[in-house]
Amino acid sequence: MKKTAEVIIIGGGVNGCAAAYYMARRGLTDVIVLEGSDSIGHGGSSRNGGGVRQSGRDVRELTYCMWGIQNLWPGLSEELGVDVEYSQTGNLRLGKTEAHMKKLQQLADNARSCGLDVRMIDGKEVKELNPYLSEEVIGASWCPTDGHANPMLTTLAYYKRALELGVQFVKGAKVIKLRKMQGRARQVVTEDGTVFEADQILLVAGYESRAIARTVGIDIPMTTYFEEALVTEMQPHMFDMMLGTADADFYGHQCKHGSFVFGSECGLEEATDQSLTDLKTSSLTISAGSRAIMRYIPALKDAKLVRSWGGWLDMSIDRVPIMGKVTEVPGLILACGFTGHGFGTAPAVGYMLAQMAVGEETVVDLSALRYDRFVSDR
Amino acid sequence: MICVNDIEKEIGVFVPMEDDDVLVCRCEEVTKGEIRRAVHAGMTTIEEMRRFLRCGMGLCQGQTCGKLVKGIVAAELKINPLELEPAVSRAPMRPVEMKVMGKDGGQGGDAV
Ligand SMILES: Cc1cc2nc3c(=O)[nH]c(=O)nc-3n(C[C@H](O)[C@H](O)[C@H](O)COP(=O)(O)OP(=O)(O)OC[C@H]3O[C@@H](n4cnc5c(N)ncnc54)[C@H](O)[C@@H]3O)c2cc1C
Repeated sequence: MKKTAEVIIIGGGVNGCAAAYYMARRGLTDVIVLEGSDSIGHGGSSRNGGGVRQSGRDVRELTYCMWGIQNLWPGLSEELGVDVEYSQTGNLRLGKTEAHMKKLQQLADNARSCGLDVRMIDGKEVKELNPYLSEEVIGASWCPTDGHANPMLTTLAYYKRALELGVQFVKGAKVIKLRKMQGRARQVVTEDGTVFEADQILLVAGYESRAIARTVGIDIPMTTYFEEALVTEMQPHMFDMMLGTADADFYGHQCKHGSFVFGSECGLEEATDQSLTDLKTSSLTISAGSRAIMRYIPALKDAKLVRSWGGWLDMSIDRVPIMGKVTEVPGLILACGFTGHGFGTAPAVGYMLAQMAVGEETVVDLSALRYDRFVSDR
Repeated sequence: MICVNDIEKEIGVFVPMEDDDVLVCRCEEVTKGEIRRAVHAGMTTIEEMRRFLRCGMGLCQGQTCGKLVKGIVAAELKINPLELEPAVSRAPMRPVEMKVMGKDGGQGGDAV
């Protein structure tokens, strides 16, 4: 195991693995990825709903999100040699009341003003797109270029390919601090005292990035949020698009192999106070989720649930990720605060992080995502 | 702390075996050969293996193949199966219909 490299990536989630791959692809293979847990993708990256969604995003994210969907997602399976099950089959956001429709209209107007094709459709058109939905649905917003992919396979495919290209991966390497040398970020220290060194350090460790960045004097305003998901047994093929609701009471899609994966909430999430290593699900969410799903897709009432799980979100205080080089700590690059929607953007993010590491301009301007954008409003 | 690259070097390249076609996970139809190959692709924990191949993720949730998979992975890594963390069990304990699950813990009662 080498301990010195050109780049160290802290965090083996989908963003860290994608960054490692895009670095290796451009010839930068002297890279070490340090993953704190025993498994790559142990964080949100293997626990998410697989949505590859542009609709509903802040303008500051939309440009690179769209760039990734146009340029990277379509060829990803072929490029990585693993079927990541990317399916660009659209996103329907459903409404049942006039209030819902008003909310959806507003979201659609916002998206269109940023150049994204999201349109409002009526109940009849919704039925044509998806005949399995409840009669109570009166309309929806429809974004035909959204879609979904398999997050576990995407994360592990980036990992596998980066490993093949020569990137070094270390698991069970929990980082506790960074150290500067001659004014630059240089050393990475793990829990057991091992010291790794690199010219550049990429911090993509989800919420834990906050504590690590603090050791070199940078504080990123983030909070945590525990989100859950569930999966049914295989069902006959029903529909391909991603579903969501104006009320945000559930979202999800049918996976390639037949299971439905849904995310849902019970309404008490804000009060979750378990520790970050505790991934126990609440006894309420799976039932609340079942009710929400059946209200929109009654045909699934007999579908059996086989599994539920949960994961931590790294919530940025303004709900938009933090990304870029840190001026006060040369050599340090940050990428965190993905706020519950960092899977769909991971290819674009990984690509741009690799650009930063080799000193290139990023394909999309990221200055609006700087870590020092947070100022007091009082 | 484990360095995946060191492990891969130590266990050498994938060598085909006669019984590679044997179905190990029957729910998700995963063969012994696929599991062994995945170890050489970097999947060194049961958690990664399940996510990569879906073995143990089907209707029986690994009740039948869990031990077998562990044995195959351990043999490929040349370690004792006891050194491998078992897969995490997740709620519900047995598959439950949504209409039944939806009756619990809310005001929703009969949702449909
Ligand atoms: C239930 C749920 C549903 C979601 N649904 C969607 C969706 O539909 N669409 C979407 O786009 N996004 C979704 N997300 C969000 C998405 O999963 C994340 O934004 C994304 O995975 C972030 O990837 P990451 O690599 O930045 O972080 P992570 O996957 O959290 O990876 C960070 C890694 O760093 C490691 N780490 C932590 N601390 C240390 C340390 N001290 N030293 C070393 N390593 C460390 C962790 O173990 C982890 O592997 C969802 C999340 C959840 C939980």
